[in-house]
Amino acid sequence: MTEAPAVIEATDLTKRFGDKTVVDHVSLDVRQGEIVGFLGPNGSGKTTTIRMLTGLLTPDSGSGHCLGYDITRDAEAIKRNIGYMTQRFSFYEDLSIRENLEFVARLYCLRPMAEHVDRTLDDLGLTSRQGQLAGQLSGGWKQRLALAACIMHQPKLLLLDEPTAGVDPQARREFWDQIHRLAGEGLTVLVSTHYMDEAERCHRIIYISYGKVVARGTVEEVIAQSALTTLVLQGAGDGRLVDALRREPGVDQVAQFGNTLHVVGTDAGELRQAVERVVQGRDIRVSEGETSLEDVFIRLMEQYGEARP
Amino acid sequence: MRGEASSRIRAILVKEFIQLRRDRITFAMMVGIPIMQLILFGFAINTDPKHLPTGMIVPEPSAYTRSITAAMRNSEYFELRHGSMSERQAREALKRGTLSFVVSFPPGFSRDLVRGQEPQLLIEADATDPAAASNAVAAFDQIVESGLRDDLNGPLAQARQPAPPVDVVVHRLYNPEGVTRYNIVPGLLGVILTMTMTLMTAISLTREVERGTMENLLAMPVKPLEVMIGKITPYIGIGFVQVAIILLAAHFVFGVPMIGSFVALFVGLTLFIATNLALGYTFSTVARSQMQAMQMTFFFFLPSILLSGFMFPFRGMPEWAQWLGEVLPLTHFLRLVRGTLLKGSGMNDILPNLLPIVLIFGLVSVIALFRYRRTLD
Repeated sequence: MTEAPAVIEATDLTKRFGDKTVVDHVSLDVRQGEIVGFLGPNGSGKTTTIRMLTGLLTPDSGSGHCLGYDITRDAEAIKRNIGYMTQRFSFYEDLSIRENLEFVARLYCLRPMAEHVDRTLDDLGLTSRQGQLAGQLSGGWKQRLALAACIMHQPKLLLLDEPTAGVDPQARREFWDQIHRLAGEGLTVLVSTHYMDEAERCHRIIYISYGKVVARGTVEEVIAQSALTTLVLQGAGDGRLVDALRREPGVDQVAQFGNTLHVVGTDAGELRQAVERVVQGRDIRVSEGETSLEDVFIRLMEQYGEARP
Repeated sequence: MRGEASSRIRAILVKEFIQLRRDRITFAMMVGIPIMQLILFGFAINTDPKHLPTGMIVPEPSAYTRSITAAMRNSEYFELRHGSMSERQAREALKRGTLSFVVSFPPGFSRDLVRGQEPQLLIEADATDPAAASNAVAAFDQIVESGLRDDLNGPLAQARQPAPPVDVVVHRLYNPEGVTRYNIVPGLLGVILTMTMTLMTAISLTREVERGTMENLLAMPVKPLEVMIGKITPYIGIGFVQVAIILLAAHFVFGVPMIGSFVALFVGLTLFIATNLALGYTFSTVARSQMQAMQMTFFFFLPSILLSGFMFPFRGMPEWAQWLGEVLPLTHFLRLVRGTLLKGSGMNDILPNLLPIVLIFGLVSVIALFRYRRTLD
C-alpha cells in the first residue's frame, strides 16, 4: 500500500496552562483522505490539541505542520485552507442560516457569493430553512449549519471538535455519511469524539488521556494491543453476580447487558478461573466474546487515570 | 490583496449591521438616549434660572416705581407678586421659601430720585442657593437703570444714577443673553456621542468572546484591522442618526444658533465619533467580559463629563485638571462644536481642536490593534 502524503504532522506538542500540562508531547500523523478519530475522556486535551493545530493556541514546545504550513508561523495560511468546527456552536444566533453562510463566504472571499451559498445550502439540505435564525435551530440543524459553514470554502483538511455532542442518532448517522462522502473526495478529517460507534467509523483512532497518547492505530489494532479477553455469560440476569465477579482477582470490568454479562480481564487464564468459580452450579453459559472498543477505552481510562495524583 | 480585504471587511460590517438591526433594545437606546438627555439637560437643568418669585414693598407708588417694576418683569428674571406687601409679610414669605427676592422701595423714593439724591433700593435675596440668585442680582443694577432711562431725561437727566465706583463691564460674547442652553445643547452632542459610541464598541469583542463566536472568528482568515474597521463603521452611521436628532432639536426646540461651517462640523463629528468608537473598541480588547468593558466605559465617561468643560468652565479648573482634560477627546470636541455652532468657525478655525482628536484616534487605534488577541492563549 502506497502511503498518502501527510496532511497533519506534529511532534511532541506540549501546552501548559499555569502549572498544569494539558497536552504532553503529543505526536500526530494524519494522511490525506483519512478519517482519524481523536478520542479521550473529557478534559484529556483533545480540544487544546486541535486548537494548536489550527493556530488558535501557541504550543509551549513541539512543532507541527498542517497541509505543509508551520502551525506557529503560517497560521494565516492554515486558517485559509482548513475547516474548523468548534465544540460549542460558534456561529451567530441572531443571524439566519443564510446570513451566517454569507458572512463566512465573504470572509473567505468566495465569489460569486450567492452561488457558493446556494450550493452549500443545497448540499446539506438547508435550503428550505435558510431564513431561520440560527438561535432557533435544534442541535442537529445547528451542527449541520456549522458543518456547512466550515466546508463551504472547500478546505483540504477538516478539524471537528466533538461535532455530534447533543445530536440525535439519525442526525449523527447523516453527519457521518456526509463526512465519509467528503473523505471520498479527498478531504482529510480529524474528528474528536467520545462516542464508540463514531470511533468505529474512523479509519484510525488516536486515544489521548491526561494529555498523553496512550493508544493509536485502527480499531482492530487498538483492540489487539490491549490484549484483553472478554467472556460472555448468558443467562446471568442476577445482579448479585456482578458484585461477586468484581471481587474476584483477574476481573477488570463487568458490564451487564440485559441477560448477558461481559466480563473483561487482562490475563485470560486467571479470568476464566475467576468466572468458573462464580458461575459454579448455576445455569449460565460461558463463551468467549469479542472485546469491544468501549471495553478497551474503559480499561485505558482506569489504567492511566489512576496513575495521576 | 485589496479586494480580499474589502470583502472581509464587508463580511464583518454586514454582520454587525444585521445584528444591530435585530437588537431592538440597543437600537431604541441609541435613539432614546439623545432625546432623554436633551430633555434632562436642555430643559430641566438650568444654571441661569428665570421667573424667580419676587415680592415688592412699595409704600408710595409712582411713575418711577412702576417703570422699575415693568423693567424687572421684562427681564424675565423676576416673577412679581401682585401688589405691594408689608415688610412682615415679605420677610415671612422669604423664610418659607415662597419668595426668592424682596425688593423694597424706601419712603420718599420718588422724591429723592427727582432731587438726584440717589435713593437706596433694597433687594433681599434668598441666597441658600447662591447660583440660583447670582445672575438675577447681577442683572438688577442694569435693570433698574434701563427702567428709569426713559423717565429721567430732559431736566431730570442729572438725576440718573451715577456710575458705581467700580465699573464692572461684562461682555457676554456669542451668547449676549447668557442663555445656558446655547452652551449645554452643543455640549450634549459631545457628551451623548462619548457615552453611546464608546459603550457600543466596548461590548463588541467581549460579546463575541462571551457568546463563543470569537473562537470561530479567530479561526477564520480575517485580520485585526479588518475586524476593527468592520465593527466600527456601522456605528458611525448610528452616531450620525444621534447627531441629526440633537441638531434638529437644537435648532427647532432650543433655538441654538448655527452660524459656522457645516463642512467643518461634519469633519469634526466624523472624527470625533470614530475616535470614541476606536476607544470603546480598545476597551473591548482589554476587558475580559462585557461587564468589565462597561465599567471601563463609565470610568472613562465620568472624567469626560467633569473635566472637559461640559459641566464646569474649563479655565476655572486647576492646571493639573486642565492637563487631564486636554487628554480627553470631548474637551477638544466641545471647543470645536461651540466654535462651529456659536462662533461661526470654519475649517481653518477648528484645526487646532481637530488635530488632538486625530492624534488620540491614531494612538487608540494602534493600541487596539496591538491588544487584539489573534489566538486564544
